[in-house]
Amino acid sequence: MLTIRLPRNSLMAKTQDSLPSTLDSVDRAEELALREAESFGLDEDDRMQFGMAVRECMVNAVVHGNGYSSNKVVHLEIDRTEEQLAVTIGDEGSGFDLALLPDPLAPENLMRQSGRGLLLIRAFVDEFDLHVRPGGGTEVRMIKHHTKS
Amino acid sequence: MSDKLTVRQVGDVTVLDAAGRITLGEGASTFREKIRELVSDGRKKILLNLAQVSYIDSSGIGEMVSGFTSVTNNGGQLKLVGLSKRVKDLLQITKLYTVFDAYDDEAEAVRSFS
Repeated sequence: MLTIRLPRNSLMAKTQDSLPSTLDSVDRAEELALREAESFGLDEDDRMQFGMAVRECMVNAVVHGNGYSSNKVVHLEIDRTEEQLAVTIGDEGSGFDLALLPDPLAPENLMRQSGRGLLLIRAFVDEFDLHVRPGGGTEVRMIKHHTKS
Repeated sequence: MSDKLTVRQVGDVTVLDAAGRITLGEGASTFREKIRELVSDGRKKILLNLAQVSYIDSSGIGEMVSGFTSVTNNGGQLKLVGLSKRVKDLLQITKLYTVFDAYDDEAEAVRSFS
């Protein structure tokens, strides 16, 4: 893991890591995100929601993207500035079409056991972008803005 | 699924007390197995107490939905009590608040079983 701290008014901290495709990595990424969220100044509820967004995204990468493969890693990057906290999570899977995923809020899907992860991620971050990762796989970027009172 | 699951009986209602985190992990099947055990044991009125649950993710929600379906398909009822604001928010976001019968007070929840 690489952590760099830079001067004010620019990137405050950057964390990059390649994590094995295990559930321990899900916990690890959530811990790192929660630590940065605290430094960023989010309140407890926002921290919990941001941590859950990272957790859900990591589960998708480990379980659905990499299929728990020991030959594949999850690429994690956390960037913190004064204005925003951004987390990028990339897997090495075969990718998927977002448009083909069933709507978890449709009446016919309401009682499905799975499929709510992306719904929660979108609910808990300010910006969400999912795209093909350079080199293959899926990459998700999530951003939380600072809400100064 | 949860750090801890304990069963107690209040009249003819089986109360399942959950505690800790309800997330994907090594205990993911614990809740499912417990519900299966209760259903095969003929329990028809099951109250899931989430008062001591500190955290729940989409996998935990999925297990609750699965448990609800299992109990209902066997002619029973599964209701919820002790939801924190965070859990209520999750059920609102996922539109499951309309599916689950949820109560703040255990005595009231027990009385609600027909």
